[in-house]
Amino acid sequence: MTSSTAKPMSKFSNLHIVIGLLLLSTVYVTICNLMFAEGSAMHVSDYTVSLFGKYLCYALLALAVDLVWGYCGILSLGHGAFFTLGGYAMGMYLMRQIGDRGVYGNPDLPDFMVFLNWTEMPWYWGGSDSILWMVVMVFVGPGLLAYVFGSLAFRSRVSGVYLSIMTQAVTYALMLAFFRNEMGFGGNNGLTDFKEILGFSLQEPHTKLGLFVATAVALCIGYVVCHFIVNSKMGRVVTAIRDAESRVRFVGYKPESYKVWIYVVSAMLAGVAGALYVPQVGIINPGEFSPLNSIEMVIWVAVGGRNSLYGALIGAIVVSYAKTRFTAIMPEAWLFALGGLFVLVTLLLPKGIAGLLPSIIEKVKALTATLIGNKPPTATEKQASEVKS
Amino acid sequence: MLRFFSVLFSCLLCWQALAETAPSTPNTDPSLAKLVKQLPKTKLQKMAPLVEKISQTNHPKTRDLLQYLMDGELYYIKSGRAVVRAQAGDNGQYLLTDVLGEKTYEPLAKSKISKVKTNNRLRGTIRSLIAQIELTSPDKVVRLEAVKQLLDNPNDEGFASIETLVSTEQDKDVLNLMRITLQLRQLEIGDHSQKMAAIESLKDSLEPEVKNTFVSQLNALPEKPQDADTKALKARLQKAIQNVQDKRDVYAVVENIFFGLSLGSVLLLAAIGLAITFGVMGVINMAHGEMIMLGAYTTYVVQLVFPHLIEYSLLIAVPAAFLVSGTVGIIIERCVIRFLKGRPLETLLATFGISLILQQLVRTVFSPLNRQVAAPEWMSGSWQINPIFSLTFNRLYIILFSLMVFFALLMILKKSSLGLHVRAVSQNRDMARALSIKSDWVDAITFGLGSGIAGVAGVVLSQLTNVGPNLGQAYIIDSFLVVVFGGVGNLWGTLVAAMSLGSINKFLEPITGSVLANIIVLVGLVLFIQKRPKGLFPQKGRAAD
Repeated sequence: MTSSTAKPMSKFSNLHIVIGLLLLSTVYVTICNLMFAEGSAMHVSDYTVSLFGKYLCYALLALAVDLVWGYCGILSLGHGAFFTLGGYAMGMYLMRQIGDRGVYGNPDLPDFMVFLNWTEMPWYWGGSDSILWMVVMVFVGPGLLAYVFGSLAFRSRVSGVYLSIMTQAVTYALMLAFFRNEMGFGGNNGLTDFKEILGFSLQEPHTKLGLFVATAVALCIGYVVCHFIVNSKMGRVVTAIRDAESRVRFVGYKPESYKVWIYVVSAMLAGVAGALYVPQVGIINPGEFSPLNSIEMVIWVAVGGRNSLYGALIGAIVVSYAKTRFTAIMPEAWLFALGGLFVLVTLLLPKGIAGLLPSIIEKVKALTATLIGNKPPTATEKQASEVKS
Repeated sequence: MLRFFSVLFSCLLCWQALAETAPSTPNTDPSLAKLVKQLPKTKLQKMAPLVEKISQTNHPKTRDLLQYLMDGELYYIKSGRAVVRAQAGDNGQYLLTDVLGEKTYEPLAKSKISKVKTNNRLRGTIRSLIAQIELTSPDKVVRLEAVKQLLDNPNDEGFASIETLVSTEQDKDVLNLMRITLQLRQLEIGDHSQKMAAIESLKDSLEPEVKNTFVSQLNALPEKPQDADTKALKARLQKAIQNVQDKRDVYAVVENIFFGLSLGSVLLLAAIGLAITFGVMGVINMAHGEMIMLGAYTTYVVQLVFPHLIEYSLLIAVPAAFLVSGTVGIIIERCVIRFLKGRPLETLLATFGISLILQQLVRTVFSPLNRQVAAPEWMSGSWQINPIFSLTFNRLYIILFSLMVFFALLMILKKSSLGLHVRAVSQNRDMARALSIKSDWVDAITFGLGSGIAGVAGVVLSQLTNVGPNLGQAYIIDSFLVVVFGGVGNLWGTLVAAMSLGSINKFLEPITGSVLANIIVLVGLVLFIQKRPKGLFPQKGRAAD
């Protein structure tokens, strides 16, 4: 693993560009959805809005994976667990908002509990009708799991592939557990049939737009947080742990504390992504825990490039978009494409798309220079400028 | 391998012996035919003697005839009065078959035929007559079944015939069961001393009926017995029930261990290929599960190509699956994995991509639905050790087979020159190369070996679970955990880990249910690895890092 040489100036401008682009596109989508009538060339349909909302959730999730993998070297194959736990926290809240409008019309119990002949709610559903509880649980649920698992694993210095396999085992065990009806989370079917959030109907296009904007804002905040974490002193230590854990330990730091800390932050980000994802797709079920989902998240980051935060965003959006297109046109080919992507990216593009960007920008600059009429820089000049930077 | 052949051979012999005895029976017997002709004419009251006469003809078809009569399938055609077996067919027509000869009949409407009438009492008579015919049958299995039938539905005629037959019975199993039946009878209707004697001789029998009778006899006794006899009887019964119960508990534990070992040997087979590729070579192969799947599909293809050789299909499939999965493994190693040496996380991702491609490939070629793989005759059936304890042959063979594979692999690694090279390369690649070992070649062959064994595991799994594109996924996490639990690079550790995980799982299952048992084992493993990251039997020495 090569250590990325930090370039404070360029990172700073990166932050501005990414946030700017994100906010601009959000505003653009909002205006196009609201101002232009259906059928107009500029119109962005409601379907597309909620699709973009989903992509932005994935992007936030990819950011979380990138934070631990790209910057701390922890390849977690279980981030789907944190995402789904956040989703379940939101799902429980939404379930309680249904009230007596369920199929069975029971004002106190969600439908699936009535169906199972339960007479009262399990204790852990206690405060789930309050929004405050939901927000707390979105952070506490995934955070707690990450803290317990992380402190156990990192203290006993489980690392590398062992850790990856164990994270996968944890999410697999959670999947099996949530499939059971006795767990009280709706079993096989999960939680669904939601009606409204904060009093706004989930069927309304405007609510969907609102959720999209909220997701975009959350992503911006998440990006800023991650940016400051990786550029803080702590972030430098974390990067150092990735590159040479023993040396960091010899210098006097405690790598396990840093690892647990960054793992918990990442898990909470994933939880938020899950919580924003659920109202937009309208269902959460144990299938989200499946190991395949967690691995797909890793491939987003691998494709985008795991040495940069914006790479994760690019990867998540590009791969998800490709998935949407592929599964619509030829569903058979999607797994071929995804599998091929895994192999090709790891073999040929270890730095992902973000690793390609600098050379692309260089070429574009040269191209514009020729177009404007300036003399393109000769090979020796280019080399010299590269050495300078 | 020798064992399989011997089993096959004996199967063939049995088959031949059966085939030779079958056709030597006469088609019609004049006396039986005459009696059967009387069936439509006889009145209900006079049926019993007629039926008894029929049963005494000793004709091979008598038993079936009586059975049809009892089941209400015996009819006669109104014109001509021929007695036939009639079964309801399509659109109200009845399919008719000749009960004695091979004469064929056209299907007829219900109005054209009439039932040979029976009543409850007659059916009782017929039932005991059938029992008697079966009890005297030359076939041991039929006799045994008949005694069992009598144990379930006791009747006086049956007991009477057993009492006369018990002195002439030759076969040990049948004799044993007959004695138990008689003693149970004694326990039910005998006087005090007979009852005590019956309990004494029955106390070691494990048949479920014995225990049931004990319990029902105990329940029939008064709550607080007055006379000494009843008290003694009650005490004796309680002791006998306790005795039987203790034995059953022991066998239940033994059975659990057996199930645990059989699950463990499946885990062992699935994990042992990984113990080579991951444990010895250090390559993370997430496509290992798909190698297993390819093996299972190879079995399916073998059965498809040789449909008349189902009995031998597994014997063909084992080497075929080894070759198919091994070849695919070598291709993967040459095309992908060798470029990712020393980058375990990247290897993990790339091989995961390969596993997705292989899954989709199988889905496209064979359809996403599960495929049916037939089980050969010799895999089915069970080894009945006593009435409550039997071992199914397929589990037994799988345990033996997995141990065979394990020891073969152990020998290859410990004794062959290939094994020596593999260990040399895995411990110090540069030094091995300096000693003129072709490390690239060794890598490819080792990976092929591990993958090939995964393919062999697939052949076995095809006999236990559905063969579908997701077959491998179910085993990949388990396999990795088994290898890590046992200690990476330690084949014996893998054996111990697989067997103990299998047993723990099976012992938890009755208490918690199978899904929860699975979860508990997973969580327990994760916690264990936190405590001892190097597994049960960590590698020692300089090669350990």
